[in-house]
Amino acid sequence: MARIGVFICHCGENISATVDVKQVAAAAARIPGVAHSVEYKYMCSDPGQQLVKDAIREKGLTGVVVAACSPRMHEPTFRRACAETGLNPFLCEMANIREHCSWVHEKGDATTEKAIDIVRTLVAKVKKNKALQPIQVPVTKVALVIGGGIAGIQASLDIANAGHRVILVEREPSIGGHMSQLSETFPTLDCSQCILTPRMVEVAQHPNITLYSYAELESLDGFIGNFKARIRRKARSLDETLCTGCGLCTQKCPTRKIPGEFDAGLGLRPAIYVPFPQAVPNKPVIDREHCTYYRTGKCRLCEKICPTQAIRFDQLDEIVEVEVGAVVVATGFDIKHGDFFPEYGYGKYPDVIDGLQFERLASASGPTLGEIRRPSDGKVPETVVFVACAGSRDPAKGIEYCSKICCMYTAKHAMLYRHKVHGGKPYVFYMDIRAGGKMYEEFVRRAMEEDGVQYVRGRISRVFERDGKLVVKGADTLLGARPMEIEADLVVLATAAVAQPGAEELAQKLHVSYDAHRFFSEAHPKLRPVETNTAGIFLAGACQAPKDIPESVAQASGAAAKVAALFSRSELVREPLIAVVDRQPPPVYSSCVGCFLCQSACPYQAIEKEEIRGRDGQLIKTVARVNPGLCQGCGTCVAFCRTKSIDIQGFSHEQVHAEVLALLNRGERDA
Amino acid sequence: MKTGFYPGCSMKGSAREYSESLLAVARELNRELPEVPDWNCCGATAAHNLDPDLALALPARILAAAEKDGMDEVLVPCAACYSRLKVTRHELLEDEQLRQRISGLVEADYRGSTEVLNILEWLSRVPELEKHVKKPFQRKVACYYGCLLVRPAGIVKFDRPEDPQTMDLLMRKLGAEPIDWAFKTECCGAGFSVSRTDLVAKLSGHILEDAVSRGAEAVIVACPMCHLNLDMRRPNIEKRAGKKISIPVIYITQALGLAMGLPAKKLGLQRHKVAVKISAANAAAKDI
Repeated sequence: MARIGVFICHCGENISATVDVKQVAAAAARIPGVAHSVEYKYMCSDPGQQLVKDAIREKGLTGVVVAACSPRMHEPTFRRACAETGLNPFLCEMANIREHCSWVHEKGDATTEKAIDIVRTLVAKVKKNKALQPIQVPVTKVALVIGGGIAGIQASLDIANAGHRVILVEREPSIGGHMSQLSETFPTLDCSQCILTPRMVEVAQHPNITLYSYAELESLDGFIGNFKARIRRKARSLDETLCTGCGLCTQKCPTRKIPGEFDAGLGLRPAIYVPFPQAVPNKPVIDREHCTYYRTGKCRLCEKICPTQAIRFDQLDEIVEVEVGAVVVATGFDIKHGDFFPEYGYGKYPDVIDGLQFERLASASGPTLGEIRRPSDGKVPETVVFVACAGSRDPAKGIEYCSKICCMYTAKHAMLYRHKVHGGKPYVFYMDIRAGGKMYEEFVRRAMEEDGVQYVRGRISRVFERDGKLVVKGADTLLGARPMEIEADLVVLATAAVAQPGAEELAQKLHVSYDAHRFFSEAHPKLRPVETNTAGIFLAGACQAPKDIPESVAQASGAAAKVAALFSRSELVREPLIAVVDRQPPPVYSSCVGCFLCQSACPYQAIEKEEIRGRDGQLIKTVARVNPGLCQGCGTCVAFCRTKSIDIQGFSHEQVHAEVLALLNRGERDA
Repeated sequence: MKTGFYPGCSMKGSAREYSESLLAVARELNRELPEVPDWNCCGATAAHNLDPDLALALPARILAAAEKDGMDEVLVPCAACYSRLKVTRHELLEDEQLRQRISGLVEADYRGSTEVLNILEWLSRVPELEKHVKKPFQRKVACYYGCLLVRPAGIVKFDRPEDPQTMDLLMRKLGAEPIDWAFKTECCGAGFSVSRTDLVAKLSGHILEDAVSRGAEAVIVACPMCHLNLDMRRPNIEKRAGKKISIPVIYITQALGLAMGLPAKKLGLQRHKVAVKISAANAAAKDI
């Protein structure tokens, strides 16, 4: 005979404000099989847990239902409490009367009734619960880091320094990401490359890090501790082991007028190129789309002059398969390009540029060697208008969020411009200044007060060209919305930070969730900011939301710490909520008829064929078997099975049926 | 598909030529445009400044009449009328209680089946408009949209609010070369035409000066109010600018009519204050 204990939590007043908890406790006590029913203000507190433990011991409970919040919050708490008393933790269930009831309904009898119904179903279920034992799985202590920007670099180094192997995959020919494109960094104005390149070199030299540059993730299967990744190493068209990085080929390549990605389209590069001098690895790649040989079948100049005969025109993409235990996603962000701001002439006028392009103009390694010269005619601009919030915080444009980095980098841009062009007149149009961060507000003040940057609070309506000048129309909303017109030589738009173009596709490959703007979603916005909802996959940097360098680095180290914690054990314990195939004594052996529909339905390749043989070795039948290491407990096979031979432990047919019946028969049972 | 026509006050008065040219073009395209029966004033600028209910009731009555007459859509060539009807339709369909109250006020029920069209939408739907062009309009033109055709963007859901293209594409089909300019959606001064003519002279002046400086030979409009400010207020504009500005301002329907080879008189070109010394290319030699 079942002896179930029901424990109803007020959750402060999160539950008790709309649900009559006393009435729920009284109703629960009347359910057949319930031996104990109490309510308490904070069931998750120590005294609350003690109530549960004492009741188990004193009343000899065979099952526990805690009616409180979502199992995502406190199921582990109460299962542990049960385990301490010797009750199998899987005999404890949560009845979610907070998210599913008190939070979503008004106070009233109907709400209390619903809470009672939820408790009733869980009592019915727990009566059918079976004691289960956790599953042990081994951990592959190798981390896969996707993205070689500053976040990916930091995560890789931290994990590698903790003594674990790292495989770093970067899509571009070199690691470094956006940070390598920046001129100086706020709020200290130290040179971005000077602080970044030592880290890049460290990655290249670290014995624990394997770098796959110019490579992309093809697919990821498996689960925490046991992932299988397939990585596509795109053909560089050269043998990396032979190439010495001498650079002869890049100097002699006759196709030289290709807008360079690293210089944000402002500089030109050859068809065989290294993105920038400090690239890691310092090995060129042939851009097959532009290379004369791939287009016309003639040239092969680089092949002729290469001193080590490293060029391989017929090289194919290579797929590498690796086994990893954890994944850190650090794929970064992009900025809004293209025909998004027709009113600002972006993409139409060469002298309306974006923030990354200004970084390249200000950078010593940039197309102007660090002199601020405008793209159209190379003239030093006398007046520059910087526009913050170009696209950001603009619901009409579909981007409601703040891009977070623009206030600071715009102040830096205006400052750098003043430092380089002493007589220059910089204007900044802004909505609000968001300078929350250590030494950030002081930095912006310095731009305004010491460097004479003219800050105008207001938005611009239009940029158009007249007599060789860019006319910027806007309003100064602090001076009575006075319309303003500024004749500028250069306009810099702080265009919105957006997700990488391939973010959605990557998220689907990884089975991690993403938001409406295709930034990856963290498991909890406050308490689990570096984890995803998929165990073993962590986030670092701006792929989650726009972030500046210090924040990206901090999150990367956080993700690395999570990976190191995971790798600190050689075995993981998993919940046994997985599928099992029916097994019976002879002569039936199993109700499975061996159709293997389940095998084709399983998204995790967890179903194997098992041959049942008699003592004489004779094959009796072939049936399905679930690999407990691979099964994720999704239940797809259960739905497919024609003979109801597969069940999910903890969510069996019998349990779910009991829950439904408890709802259908509530009147009769309570009567 | 039955398309009705709501002229509003200006098409019967100061902008007769807009109506004349529209109907002439429609006849040529074999499209019937029956007027909405027993139509009334849309409320224009006055109603929504004075009484929010009246501002919705007047267009609601028009829409209800069109719906009752079985019109699937109503063509509203005046941009101000278009805005009032479009906004009213939006507000009533967003709020059922409001719809019932306003329907009660005008004693006519508008259920939302009749759509509201502006002139550019209507023209864009003509299949193979190019085939009707007999005398290509080989001129540089400044396509001027004004404020109300594309705004508020969330309600009209028509073209890009900051840099619309529909009229440019239409004029290209007629053989014209639309210029790239900065004032296509800037304010002409609108309803201040009477009370603050000085403001209109300034704002409309900027529009015309930019069009002229970029080599436009005509400004193309789709709004009687814009036309009135750019054309009828030309003396004020010229006085303020201190120079003669002779660029003509013509309705998109007139431009289409000329390209179709219709006589200038039928299109009401003689009614403009600023002489239209322009026509489709073949007739360019002689003034109209």
